[in-house]
Amino acid sequence: MKTKVAIIGAGISGASIARVLSRYENLEVHLIEKAPDVGWGVSKANTALIHGGYDDDPERYPMRAKLCIRGNRLWHQWVKELEIPHIWNGALIVATKDDDFDELEKLLERGRKNGVPEMRLVDREELFHLEPNLTPEAIGALWVPIVGQIGPIPAVIAITENAVANGVKTHLETEVTGIKVENGEVKGVETNNGFIEADIVINAAGLYADRIARMAGIDYFEIHPRKGEYWLFDEGLPGPRRVLFPTPTPISKGIVVTTEVSGHLMIGPNAQDLPPEEKEDLSTTREGLEEVWEGAKKLWPQLPPRSKVIRTFAGLRPEPTGGDFIIKAEEEVGGFINVAGIRSPGLTSAPAIAHEVAGIIERDLGVKLVEKEKWNPYRKEISHLFMMSPEGVNEAVKRNPSYGKVVCRCNNVSEGDVLEAIERMKFIGVKTPSVDSVKFRTKATTGTCQGSFCRPKIVMLLAREYGVEPWKVTLKGRGSEIGVGDVKALLRGDA
Amino acid sequence: MFPGIPMLNYDVVVIGGGPAGMAAAARAKELGLNVLLLDENDYLGGILPQCIHPGFGLHYFREELTGPEFAARLAKRLVELGVEYRTAARVMEIRNYSDLEKVVIFTSPSGAYQAWAKAVIYAAGARERHAFEIGIVGDRVAGVYTAGEAQTLMDIYGVLPGKEIVIVGSGDVGLIMARRFALEGAKVKAVIELMPYPGGLARNVMILRDFDIPLYLSHKVVEVRGKGRVERVKVVKVDENLNEIPGSEFWIEADALIISAGLVPSVKKLTAIGVEIDPSTGGPVVNDRLETSVPGVFAAGNALLINDLVDYVAEQGELAAEGAKEFIENGGIESRKWIRVEKGENVRLLAPHRLSGERDVYLYLRVARPMEDVELRIPEVGKRVKLSLATPAEMLRVKLKAEEIRDAEKLTVEVVRE
Repeated sequence: MKTKVAIIGAGISGASIARVLSRYENLEVHLIEKAPDVGWGVSKANTALIHGGYDDDPERYPMRAKLCIRGNRLWHQWVKELEIPHIWNGALIVATKDDDFDELEKLLERGRKNGVPEMRLVDREELFHLEPNLTPEAIGALWVPIVGQIGPIPAVIAITENAVANGVKTHLETEVTGIKVENGEVKGVETNNGFIEADIVINAAGLYADRIARMAGIDYFEIHPRKGEYWLFDEGLPGPRRVLFPTPTPISKGIVVTTEVSGHLMIGPNAQDLPPEEKEDLSTTREGLEEVWEGAKKLWPQLPPRSKVIRTFAGLRPEPTGGDFIIKAEEEVGGFINVAGIRSPGLTSAPAIAHEVAGIIERDLGVKLVEKEKWNPYRKEISHLFMMSPEGVNEAVKRNPSYGKVVCRCNNVSEGDVLEAIERMKFIGVKTPSVDSVKFRTKATTGTCQGSFCRPKIVMLLAREYGVEPWKVTLKGRGSEIGVGDVKALLRGDA
Repeated sequence: MFPGIPMLNYDVVVIGGGPAGMAAAARAKELGLNVLLLDENDYLGGILPQCIHPGFGLHYFREELTGPEFAARLAKRLVELGVEYRTAARVMEIRNYSDLEKVVIFTSPSGAYQAWAKAVIYAAGARERHAFEIGIVGDRVAGVYTAGEAQTLMDIYGVLPGKEIVIVGSGDVGLIMARRFALEGAKVKAVIELMPYPGGLARNVMILRDFDIPLYLSHKVVEVRGKGRVERVKVVKVDENLNEIPGSEFWIEADALIISAGLVPSVKKLTAIGVEIDPSTGGPVVNDRLETSVPGVFAAGNALLINDLVDYVAEQGELAAEGAKEFIENGGIESRKWIRVEKGENVRLLAPHRLSGERDVYLYLRVARPMEDVELRIPEVGKRVKLSLATPAEMLRVKLKAEEIRDAEKLTVEVVRE
């Protein structure tokens, strides 16, 4: 008999747990997600950093301190196995006044305690060697070469694809409405798509982890959203080579200036605490964006003109009561494991969180985990025209001419890339066609024109492949339909 | 140079199959050049096939046509002349090996190719400014489209993007889309214009009256809100310095926000080979053959500067082809003491930027602000042209004869009151 595991939430934590658990012969893993696709919650909009593991105080936040550096080390392996876009470019925590060095010394000390030997203080000369265009105010920095950046949603997608290939079952657009508990033991999960039986329920519901926990009768913590806003600039503008942090204050790690994985200069985030009920507020604000702009200028005075901004966006981080990750089997409800409050450095920690959960299942729930004889750790990234040489294009068009046909001109995404993305969407169970699902897999619509040329083409491809009317294709799931009908719908009176 | 991918050889490769590119390719063929035209869409015509309204061709064909008709005429000419063209062909890179050796790498459903040519005519058009670029904040929702995207959805694919519409920008594209939506039965709730005057041609501003569409001058959209789709947009009034007036904010309910905030020439492939860009046009600096700062690379149409009439776009295509012909025949355009053309009072942008003085030339320019009863003057040569009205919406096109400019070192163009 297999032990049935239900994971609530297909973000970076839930997907990573699913992947790690897919390794075991005696588990039947169900990954449940209310959004139409994976990675659309907290994982979607953040700074996309693989942190260095030096800044979480092990006294106050032992889980964060332990799992961040462990996660960093695991990511070095995962990005290779799963072909996740990444860059290991290191970080500089920049001092601009003498007092800052006290804080940097503290970070250095803490980093060593957390198991990060590969970091050191650099003087002004070396600093400008590492980062020539930094603010001239900089006087030194803490250099952490193991910091990196990944594509966060591409990571969730890659991990989920691998998990599904290893037998995990996904339930997308499935909202959990209740947790069934009998005699202090979980029995399963009630959803809008019916009951999913489970012996173990893992709550990785991000911003909603408090709500899910309460469904199981656990109410010792609350999650409130902390909003961070970002600016993203057009490609080809000079950005830093390293991830640049200011010296942190007691409140915040500060506004980061970085060149993200796709080569765009990005600045952000600020931090604005929202009340617990505002878990859907992803709006950008002028005040927040201005705050980011001003903050970023301190490290990178040569910000491009505003006309070179191609996107602004906001993300929410789930801030738990107490501030530390809540990762544990709850004693009063047998089989219920909380993976809650996965705020920063959640993305970094995710692989380590997943192994931690496997450990909890074995140690605390007493399920002896039996490894599969054959488990496939590998996943191939989809084809990207922008990564092909001209010869490679000619190889690809022999398989399918659509690989030679460009859909997104800013990022050189081919129709073949898009069709492959749609195939992959179907593979993990995406039921509602959305432009965002294609965007996160191919990078189409994320360039200079922000989709004004390619979005209609993608809509038509989605409509064809999913067999729906084009105007019913969505931007990001039900309720975000591209249009209201065919062009004559209003004149006929049926829209 | 690129082993393993088929090599093609031409005199000229024309990039972009819109009106500028088609006119360039046709003219080049007529001039006896071996030419290849490349376009990334499945059809020729560029943006014209989706411009189903009339108003095209009065200068070029001497009759009023719709966009698809204009495109069809040019396409027919191409076919009759036997011009080689490829659609669904996207240029990935241009490389400039020497003045007379350029290679255009393109990809297509039949694979990637290297097309070698002595000259390249770049007619890749423009892109639209989008919501993020003009500082609109709020929710990320469906129903926010650039005007061109909305037009593609409606007139190429038959999708109606919304039924309660707010349009940002009263330029020609915004006004034409206002009419387009109204004709489909949608309610156009407002056209919001930042400037104190409408941005479009007078005949298009008439649309607002014809369809009873409110125009808010000196206003801007600052925020869009909604869950899945647009639900409402926030508008604020601005003063004469375009600063927002506190307390003047109001909301308009709508399910679509159409951004028509201007066009930006698509020049990334040009800047990649070091072509000098004029910050005021956003397009390349060119001489009177429309040759850029890289010898043998010519530009025409909206990639050169944003035009208001397709007729001028086609005209520029032909001129670029003539330039290419001269370039190829003479092994380059002789470098000479160019006459610099500079912007004077009330001139926002102009092209071409350098004149040989050896041939008649059309100067294209836009003024900075609207003025009645003005004169276009070039003091250095005593040139004066009376104009009853000059608005930023309308591109001015002035013919300069070779003999009247030949001896000048520099021309300063100004548009001032009589």
